[in-house]
Amino acid sequence: MSKIKTPHAGTAFLAASAAALAFAAPAAAQDLAGKTVEFVIPFSESGGSARWANFFTPLLSEALPGNPTAIVGYRPGGGSTTGANWFQEQTTADGTLIFGTSGSTQFPYLLGDPRVRYEYRDWQPVLASGTGGVVYLPADLGARFDGDLDDLQGEFFIFGSQGATTLDLVPLLAFKMLGLQVEPVFGIEGRGDGRLMFERGEANIDYQTSSAYLSNVVPLVEQNLAVPVMSWGILDDAGNIVRDPTFPDIPTFAEICEATAGCETSGVAWDAWRAFFVSGFAAQKLVYLPGAAPQEVVDMYTQAFTDIMARPDFAELSAAELGVYPQMVGEGARVAHEAAITVSDEARTYVLEWLAEAYGVTMQ
Amino acid sequence: MEIVNVALPALGDAFLTVIQPQHLVFMVAGVLLGLSIGVLPGLGGIAGLSLVLPFMFGMDPISGLALMVGLIAVIPTSDTFSSVLLGIPGSSASQATVLDGFPLARKGQAARALSAAFVSSLYGGLLGAIALTMIIFVARPLILAFGLPEMLMITVLGLSMVAILAGRIPLKGVVAAGLGLLVGTIGTAPAGGSLRMASYDIPYLVDGLQLVIVGLGIYAIPEVVSLLRQDRSISKGGALGQGWTVGLRDWWANKWLSTKCAGIGVIVGVIPGLGGSVVDWIAYGYAVQTSKNREEYGQGDIRGVIAPESSNNAKEGGGLVPTLIFGIPGSGSMAVFLGGLALLGMSPGPAMIRQDLDITYTIVWSLALANVLGAGLCVLLSGQIARLTTIRFTLLAPFLFMMIAFAAFQSRMSFGDLIALVLVGVIGIMLRRFDYSRPAFLIGFVLSTQAEQFVNMATQIGSARFRRSFEAGIDYIVTPITVTLLVLTVLSIVIGIRQSKNIRENIATYTGTKRAPLVFLAAITAYAAIATVDAATIARFGDKVFPLTVGIVTLLGCLAVFARMILKPETDDVFIDLEAGGDDGEAPHSLWGTLSWFFGLLALTGLFGFIIALAVFFVGFFRLRAGLTWAKSALFAAIGIGFILFFADLLNRDFPPGLLQSYFDLPWPFT
Repeated sequence: MSKIKTPHAGTAFLAASAAALAFAAPAAAQDLAGKTVEFVIPFSESGGSARWANFFTPLLSEALPGNPTAIVGYRPGGGSTTGANWFQEQTTADGTLIFGTSGSTQFPYLLGDPRVRYEYRDWQPVLASGTGGVVYLPADLGARFDGDLDDLQGEFFIFGSQGATTLDLVPLLAFKMLGLQVEPVFGIEGRGDGRLMFERGEANIDYQTSSAYLSNVVPLVEQNLAVPVMSWGILDDAGNIVRDPTFPDIPTFAEICEATAGCETSGVAWDAWRAFFVSGFAAQKLVYLPGAAPQEVVDMYTQAFTDIMARPDFAELSAAELGVYPQMVGEGARVAHEAAITVSDEARTYVLEWLAEAYGVTMQ
Repeated sequence: MEIVNVALPALGDAFLTVIQPQHLVFMVAGVLLGLSIGVLPGLGGIAGLSLVLPFMFGMDPISGLALMVGLIAVIPTSDTFSSVLLGIPGSSASQATVLDGFPLARKGQAARALSAAFVSSLYGGLLGAIALTMIIFVARPLILAFGLPEMLMITVLGLSMVAILAGRIPLKGVVAAGLGLLVGTIGTAPAGGSLRMASYDIPYLVDGLQLVIVGLGIYAIPEVVSLLRQDRSISKGGALGQGWTVGLRDWWANKWLSTKCAGIGVIVGVIPGLGGSVVDWIAYGYAVQTSKNREEYGQGDIRGVIAPESSNNAKEGGGLVPTLIFGIPGSGSMAVFLGGLALLGMSPGPAMIRQDLDITYTIVWSLALANVLGAGLCVLLSGQIARLTTIRFTLLAPFLFMMIAFAAFQSRMSFGDLIALVLVGVIGIMLRRFDYSRPAFLIGFVLSTQAEQFVNMATQIGSARFRRSFEAGIDYIVTPITVTLLVLTVLSIVIGIRQSKNIRENIATYTGTKRAPLVFLAAITAYAAIATVDAATIARFGDKVFPLTVGIVTLLGCLAVFARMILKPETDDVFIDLEAGGDDGEAPHSLWGTLSWFFGLLALTGLFGFIIALAVFFVGFFRLRAGLTWAKSALFAAIGIGFILFFADLLNRDFPPGLLQSYFDLPWPFT
C-alpha cells in the first residue's frame, strides 16, 4: 500500500524516479491498477474542501485507468499553507498523488504571506471548480435598499469575519468600495458562524457562498428575515462578470457598484477586487499534480475528469455538492489556474496598504 | 397542538426506520468500529468518521446514516477506557474523568469505575435524545438567545472551576491556570494573525499547540512515568477489588447527580461554538460543589466519574441540535458528520426540521439506540478489560509509550509533535511533582482561545452598540442569561475557594529543601515574563490585550508565591516536592532514568523513523528494564508493532519519519 511520502524525499529518490520514468513505457504509467491514489487537501476533515474532495474521490476511482483505490488525505495547518508547503516538496510522478487547493491557499500566495514556501507555477493544474456568493441584509435595512446603496451610507454595519486575509477579503473590499461603514468582527471559525451572528442580530450584514446560501439563507429570505443585495457574479468566456445563473434575479456587485455614487468599476481598486474575486471564487478550488508528473499522467487525469463531467448523472450529483458552476478541465483549468494566481503589483500593493491601514493586518 | 400532530407520526416513522434490520446491521458495524477507534487515545470521532466518509457517497442514505451515527455515539463512551485504566485522557470530553477514574483504578476498582462511567454515559445519552425530541421545535429561539456575551459568560463559568480544582494553595492554582492560558495563546492570534511566542522560522509553533498533545503531556506522561518507576501494577497490590455490578449500584445511588449533569451536557451541547471541552469540567465542578462530603474527590470518588460521563454523552445529543437546525456543527466530529450527510444527499438546515422531521428523529433515535448498544457492550467488557490494571506495569508501559507517541503524531503529522509532547510532558511532570494543579492548567489551556475570541468579539460588538446609544449597549450585555451566569460564576468561585483545600490529588505531603521548588517557580516566572514582554511588543491592539493581561496576572501570582516561599519555613505546603518522599521519592527507579527510555524512543525515531525505532525500543526495554528473555522480548515487540501497523493501515495513517527516510525511499510502514 502506498502511503504519503516523507517531506524530505531526497535527491537519491529524485534521480531514481527520473531514471524509472525515462525507461518506463507510457502504458505502464497510465494504469493505476492495484495502487492507491491519495487526494491530499491542506484542510481538516470538517470544511468545504473536505466535502469537495470526498465528492470527487469515488468518481476518480471509477474513472482512472485500472480503477485504483482513491482516498482523501488531510494536512491542515497554517491556514492551508502547511499542506501546500508539504506538496511543494513532493516528487510523486506516477499519478498516485494529487493536491486540492482553495482560495485560502491562493490568497496568502498572492499577498506574499511569509508562511508561503510554495510556488503554484511549479504545479500542473488538472481541474478548476468555481463557486459564487451572495450578500444579504436584515429585513429592516433591506427595506431601504433600492438597487443602490446610497441610502445606507450612514448606517453602521457589523460583519462577522474569519479574517481580513481569508476569502472574506472579497466582501470587505467590496463594502469599502461601496462606501459602507462596515466593522468586521474577526475570528469566527467559519461562514456558518457569521450567519448565526446575523440571525442573532449581532451582525447586520453577511455573505455566504452559493451552496450555503441556498440551503440556509433562502429559508430566511422566504420568512422575510433577510434580503439579498448582490451576488459576486461569474466570469463569462470573454472574462466579463455577468449574473450568476444560480441567482439570475440578484444583481451582481458590478451592477450595484455602478449604481452607487462613489463606486467605480474601473481603476486600481476595481482591478484588485476583480483579481481576488477570480482567485477566491471564479477559480476557487483547483486540483494539481506535482511538477514532476510527466505529460502522460497529466493527460490521464484530464481524461478522467472529462469522463466524470460527461457522466449522464453528473449534473444531478454535483448540483447539491458543487452548485451549477463550471468545472474546468484541460486548457480551461490552465487558464483558470493562471487567472487565480495572477495579480498585478499595483493591485497587490493597494490591497496590502488597505489591510494595514484599515485593520492593522500586515504580512510580516 | 399542531406540533403533536406533526411530531407523533414522524416519531413513528423514525421508529420503524430505526428497527429495520439493514439499519441495525450498519449501526452495529459503526458501533464496533467506533469502539475500537475510541479505545485508542487521541483518535476520536473525527478519525473514525473520516475513515467511513469515502464510502458515504452513493451509499443508501439509511445505511450510511446508521453507520455514521453508530460511530459517533460510541466514541465518547469508549474513550473512557483509557481515561480510567491508564490515566490517559481519551478525548477532550473525558479529561475530568481522569481525576477520579484513574485513582479508582489504582485502588483496584477499575471495573467499578468503568461500569459506573458507562451506565452514566448510557443514561446521559438517552436523556439527551429525549430532551432533543422535545426541544427541537423550540430550540431555534433558545439557541439564538445565546449571543457572544452569553457564550463569554459560559466560558468564564468554565474558568471559575479553577477555583475548586486549584489544590492546597489557591495561588498556585491561579499560576497553573494562568500558565495554561498563556500556553494556549502561543501561535497566530485568532483575530489579526499577529505572532505570539512564535516565529515563522519555526512553522510548528505558528499554529499553536494541539489539545491532544497538551492532554497527553500534562496527564499521561507524568502518570506513566511515575507508575513505571515504582515497577508494579496500576492497581496497588495487583488485586481487582469490587466488580462491575458495584458500579451500577453506585450510579443508581447518584441518579439525580447523573440527571443534572446530563442536563448541563444537553444545554452546553446545544449552544454552537462552545465545544465539548468545558462540559466535563463544569459537570465535575458542579458535582464537587454540591456534595456534602468532598474529602475523597481527586483520590477516587465515584461521583467524580459519574458526573463528567453523564454530561459528555448528553452533550453529543445536544450537539446535534445546532448541526441539524442551523447546519452549523457544534464540534469537530459534528462538522465531519455534516459533510457525510451532504454526501448522502441530505442538507441539514431549517428545511430539514420542517420537511424531513422523520429523518431528524431517525438521527436522534439512532444515536440513542447506538448509545445503548455501545454502552451495554462496554459494561459487559469492563470486567475483563479492567484486568489490565493487574498486569505488571513495566510490561504495559512500552505499549503506552507507543500509543502516546502515535496519538501525538496524529495531531500535525510532524516530528514537531513528538518534540512538543516531550516538552509538555516535562512541564506536566514538574507540575505534578511540585503540586501545582494540573486540571487548572488544562482548563486554562482549553479555554484560552475561546475566552480571547469571545472577549474580543463581544467587546467589539458591544462598543458599536454603545456608540449608537447607551441603552442599546446595556441591552446587549445585560440579559437574564448573562446575569444568571454571572451569579453562578461568583457562587462557583466562593464555594470553590472555601472548599479547594479538600480536593487534592495527593493526601500525604512531603517537603524537601527549598531549592527545587524555587528553581521551578523561577522557570515558570521566567516564561510568564518573556510571554508578557512578547505580548507587549505586538502592534495590533486586539491581538495583544489578552496575552498581556493574562501574563501580568500570572506574574503577580508568581510573585505572591515567591513571597510566601521566602516568609515560610521549608516544611510549609508551598514547598511540596513529591520527590522528597512517598511513592515517588522511594521508587526504585529514578525519574530521569525512566524518562530517558521515552526520550530514547523519540531520538531513535528521529534517526530511523518510528517503526524501526519501536522495534529497537521494545526489545531493549523488555530485555534490559523488564528483564525478560530475548525470545519473549522479541515476541512482545512483534505483538506491539503488529497492533500499531494494523490500526495505522486501517486508518490510513503514516508514522513519524526520521533522518534515514530523508536519504532512502523506503516502503510503508518504514516511510
